[in-house]
Amino acid sequence: MKLNQLSVFLENKPGRLSHPCQILADAGINILTLSLADTHQFGILRLIVRDWQTARDVLAKAGAVVKVTEVVAVEVADKPGGLAHILETLEQLKVNIEYMYAFTFRSQDKAVLVFRFEDPDTAITMLQGKGVSVIDGVELYNRVEKGA
Amino acid sequence: MDFPFENRCFEAQEKLSRPELRELQAHRLRELVGRVANVPFYKDAFAKAGVNASTIRSADDIRRLPFTTKEDLRQHYPLGFLAVPREQIARIHGSSGTTGKPTFVAYTTQDVDTWASLCARFLVAGGLRPEHTVHIAFGYGLFTGGFGLHYGVEKVGAAVVPASSGNTPRQIMLIQDLASQVLICTPSYALTIADCAKQKGINPRDLPLEFAHLGGEPWTEDMRHQIEKELGILAFNNYGLSEVIGPGVSGECVARTGMHIQEDHFLVECVNPDTLEPVKMGERGELVFTSLTKQAMPIIRYRTRDIAALDDSPCPCGRTTCRMGRVVGRTDDMLIIRGVNVFPSQIEEALLRVDGTAPHYMIEVDRPGTLDTVTVRVEMTPKFFSDSMSEMQALHDRIDREIHSVTGLRMSVELVDPQSIERFVGKAKRVIDRRREKGLI
Repeated sequence: MKLNQLSVFLENKPGRLSHPCQILADAGINILTLSLADTHQFGILRLIVRDWQTARDVLAKAGAVVKVTEVVAVEVADKPGGLAHILETLEQLKVNIEYMYAFTFRSQDKAVLVFRFEDPDTAITMLQGKGVSVIDGVELYNRVEKGA
Repeated sequence: MDFPFENRCFEAQEKLSRPELRELQAHRLRELVGRVANVPFYKDAFAKAGVNASTIRSADDIRRLPFTTKEDLRQHYPLGFLAVPREQIARIHGSSGTTGKPTFVAYTTQDVDTWASLCARFLVAGGLRPEHTVHIAFGYGLFTGGFGLHYGVEKVGAAVVPASSGNTPRQIMLIQDLASQVLICTPSYALTIADCAKQKGINPRDLPLEFAHLGGEPWTEDMRHQIEKELGILAFNNYGLSEVIGPGVSGECVARTGMHIQEDHFLVECVNPDTLEPVKMGERGELVFTSLTKQAMPIIRYRTRDIAALDDSPCPCGRTTCRMGRVVGRTDDMLIIRGVNVFPSQIEEALLRVDGTAPHYMIEVDRPGTLDTVTVRVEMTPKFFSDSMSEMQALHDRIDREIHSVTGLRMSVELVDPQSIERFVGKAKRVIDRRREKGLI
């Protein structure tokens, strides 16, 4: 049920973000979603792509520092309160969120939240126990393509 | 004190009482001054310094004699420092000379024999026994490391495998097949051997090695721990330089609390490199050596440019000689920042403490106003990197703290892209000093 996310180290300088994006573009890899965390000095680019192994290899070959992390994708209704409900559930379960980001699909009424938990397996079991829809990579990629 | 093996001495002179040692040094210094009387360089230098050789009586009188520098040796290329007729020379070695020509040093047969005994002393102090087989992976050539240690091992009566340098997989095969218990090489090569063994699917701890005698380059205590852990051995540090004799100037004993300087053969001083005045015992300074017994090419007050501290406290091993700490840097790359002496090797030490492997780094010193500022750029590595911002901040803070604890100074740490710091072939350039470019120092 877990998803492989790629994280890339970026120095916070003009043009640094476009570099990994161009490498992926040249390899014909589509970025499903991304999030960027940064300080004034450096940043972390987090990416979800379908073919993460190839993406990791081309980035590493181009000299980037890449790390693969397991994250959890949760499907919620794309309407007011969708995110608040999940966060409340997580709070009740006392599951810590390291970080999260979201993406929506065109022509669908669902949104997907990507969570980084310290212990993803326990979090998945607990969320599913509360009736939350956790979706795996294959399902996610299918939906993105259907929605597009 | 419990030792991991028997505390043996190769020669009784290693335990002379201090007054006996000082008397022997004084006697040998007087002989030395007589021996160099016909070397044109010393004749001139003594005359310029107004020193009458016959007034040199005690070991402390060494301070009245002039210094000798690498530049002096270069100016008398190739063998202008000979103190014996050419036909008495038995051997010529040379230092690498990163720019231009090497610096040659010469030995008589007696010098080679003394050299062998000095190497034998630290080898025995660090566990070498006649029944051992010793793998020497130092280059055999002009470089003094290979031959010096080779003769030392022979002097002890152990068996030598003169593997020389290069072809690491073959070195590992030799160590395994010939069951060598002792490895002699540079510290970085010991790690290369461990890495190469792992790549071949061999656990480096399964190699028959028990001891390593490492030298030829500066290294850190952290690196020693890494070498010992990876190879499952005890690693000993030794020090020497060709201008003084080669390896054998000093080496560690079983107590490993510094390297015993063979003071019956070398007079050591530790001076402030700017004022040339002696520093206090225990303080870091530039090491200066005088070779008391060398025949072919004696050297007086040779400025090594190596920075280390001396320690004259009693050693649990019973040797009476003064010890030197690790070489922490060279006078060439010493930085003075807000009045504090800092060496690039200290930054490396701090980075090693963070992760066990030092990534590429660059130190940039500047003086934008009245105060010196230091920025340490550290290249990101897969081992350092985390997808979590809090962990990345923690890493940044940890590097910051370790640098502060090693140098006593606050430096600004920047995590930068891999491969963004320029690479140099050969010796790495670790420092950019903007103060120099601006003409401030």
